Amino acid sequence: MNPQEIRQSVLEALSDVAPEADPATIRTDLSLRDQLDIDSMDSLNFLIAVHEQLQVDIPEADWARLQTIDELVEYLGPRTGG
Amino acid sequence: MADFVMPSLGADMSAGTLAAWLKQPGDAVKRGDIVAVVHTDKADVEVEVFTSGVIERMLVEPGTEVPVGTPLAVILEEGAATPSAPVAPTPAAAPPAAAPPVAAPSVPGPGVPAEHRLLISPSARQLAHELGLEVDALTGSGPGGRIQRRDVEAAAAEREVAPQEAAAPAPPAPPVAAPPVAAAPAAPLTPAAERSAAMRRAIAASMSRSKREIPHFYLAQTIDLSRALAWLGQENLRRPVTERLLHGALLIKAVALALREVPELNATWEGDEVVRRDDVNVGVAIALRGGGLVAPALHHTDELTLEELMHSFRDLVSRARAGSLRSSEMSEPTITVTSLGERGVESVFGVIFPPQVAIVGFGTLVERPWITEGQILPCPVVNASLSADHRVTDGHRASAFLAAVDRLLQEPEEL
Repeated sequence: MNPQEIRQSVLEALSDVAPEADPATIRTDLSLRDQLDIDSMDSLNFLIAVHEQLQVDIPEADWARLQTIDELVEYLGPRTGG
Repeated sequence: MADFVMPSLGADMSAGTLAAWLKQPGDAVKRGDIVAVVHTDKADVEVEVFTSGVIERMLVEPGTEVPVGTPLAVILEEGAATPSAPVAPTPAAAPPAAAPPVAAPSVPGPGVPAEHRLLISPSARQLAHELGLEVDALTGSGPGGRIQRRDVEAAAAEREVAPQEAAAPAPPAPPVAAPPVAAAPAAPLTPAAERSAAMRRAIAASMSRSKREIPHFYLAQTIDLSRALAWLGQENLRRPVTERLLHGALLIKAVALALREVPELNATWEGDEVVRRDDVNVGVAIALRGGGLVAPALHHTDELTLEELMHSFRDLVSRARAGSLRSSEMSEPTITVTSLGERGVESVFGVIFPPQVAIVGFGTLVERPWITEGQILPCPVVNASLSADHRVTDGHRASAFLAAVDRLLQEPEEL
């Protein structure tokens, strides 16, 4: 998958968790937690939604340091054949 | 013959509005089935039935507000009739003399509209009602075609656009003198703002009553979570992503097991006395998107494995935020757990949800210097607080409860 496709999948996963979030206003270089009202349960649901979208199982230690959309896209690239 | 009544879904709930029937006369129901949706100030709640049998007739129409305890429907109990048998009115079907007055006209037997069999979330149904949309005309995008809030919002948006497109070009309007500038009347609240205001009123009533009536006392303890987190880390390594555990699940389970050891806190205050409960139903405070909170129960929390607890917890949070809670979840918590650590809060001094007698608060995980076997080491710790009702218990027993929570968290594999 190319970065654009991954970004789109990540945003779709995010919309499952925070349906009120407007993708057009989300800064991809800023922490999602700081931009959206995301708690640990939302974070887990987001992780599961990303897994279901892209079939990538992100270890907990990696997930903890992936704060932004850009970081997620970069991390997921090599793991989705990108 | 049994009455299905408007349930009490909170200490300060005196009345509720029947939002929808999900069954109709002649339907067989069993204990635990969801038969209706009730609208309260805090949420739309799916109401379960506690009698197995056949619904004989509805007594209240959707949209009607009635006091708690009002019979909403009559159920022919199992053994009194078979589901396939025609339901014949009998003298016993008459409302009992002592029943509270029914505020709505009786609903004729077959009068349940087909819309109540639609797959639609309660919050979507409520929004459609508020926006004046017919739910029959909506198309669902959820699982199995379930209509969700976003479908209602999309339909409302289309409705706003459609009249403008369909209308014939309007002739130029005659010039109209501008009206004198005057103070504009206050704009009506949006449905979301109305819901938010109702939620705040409900919370205000409950918390004011709590602080007015309950003599709170507060204890706190710092708990070493190094063993629990190390165990959790190993445990999550071997679990697929869909089955990972949050540390919150361990905290909730520890509270549930500690209640077995200190049963004074697994109770409610009713009238002028404490009523101990056999079942441990821990309530969890869930913040709602857009403001407000609810604290529904995880049933039989002490008996759940961590996997079951995590599954139920996820389901509960999801349904709380989608507006699909059930009546038993709203009425049966015996203690509440709240965590405000997500944003760095270290200590929580909670207000008890009446008629419960205690609330446990957890703060954020922090690293602190900790002395273990004579050595000062960095250690992840959490502050656990307890607000308790001094009419029911005292500091000695309450401290035993917090000590039990601490001890249980030192043996996470036993949770």
